[in-house]
Amino acid sequence: MIPLENYLVLSGILFSLGVYGVLSRRNAVLVLMSVELMLNAVSINFIAFSAYLDVTQITGVIFAIFVVAVAAAEIGLALAIVLRIFRNRSSINIDEAAELKW
Amino acid sequence: MSGFGITVAFWILAALTLASAGGVMASRNLIHAVLFLIVAFLGVSGFFILLSADFLAMAQIIIYVGAISVLILFAIVLTPRAERDNSETSMVLPALLLGTTLAAVLLFVLYDANWNVTNVEPGLSAEVLGSALLSVWVLPFELASVLLTAALVGALMIVRRQEDEEGDSAS
Repeated sequence: MIPLENYLVLSGILFSLGVYGVLSRRNAVLVLMSVELMLNAVSINFIAFSAYLDVTQITGVIFAIFVVAVAAAEIGLALAIVLRIFRNRSSINIDEAAELKW
Repeated sequence: MSGFGITVAFWILAALTLASAGGVMASRNLIHAVLFLIVAFLGVSGFFILLSADFLAMAQIIIYVGAISVLILFAIVLTPRAERDNSETSMVLPALLLGTTLAAVLLFVLYDANWNVTNVEPGLSAEVLGSALLSVWVLPFELASVLLTAALVGALMIVRRQEDEEGDSAS
């Protein structure tokens, strides 16, 4: 049996990679891909806790299913916004779309 | 499956997932980054199988590898004149610092904590999952369907071309 810490270390590293990607990438699509990586890391955590700490083993899996559903909704909306930004500016660099910056 | 086989599978999947997640960050080509991301999604679904969440592994492959990756590829194809070189913003050093700090803190905390591992007998059938989803968790389940419908309609409204901009945008 693999210790629980192995899964947690793995998802922690995956989440940190996602944080780095969200903060450092210029292309908006890359930022969204990094967000998906972070959500996947969270799902691994949910499933690992569910398999190791929960007697019924079901709550974490249910939460991971909802994470997948929300991720699908999020990526659809976010890519629509990205396409809209591209149509208005011919660029999807997030550091150039700064009209709302104070 | 023997314990040794599971251990070997875990380390192979861990190497595959972390290497392809690093490839997403390191690759200079946007299409290559998406392909690395697909491999990372497949690795994560392998972890779900190792943790005996087989239904979720299938859902992961269908939704992430099948739908979300295609959506991302479409977004890249539909933005043809945008930059494709996967460059960084000026935030790269703070991001690197924050990422490594976050990883170090997480690693320290989760090795320091005392997890009460109660259940080492894996196994959860899709039948149990389905009946729980439609009895105890039926309200969030229905809310998720409303959320997906709202997201679909919202995405359509956002990308829809309005009448007043028909003339000025030839693209």
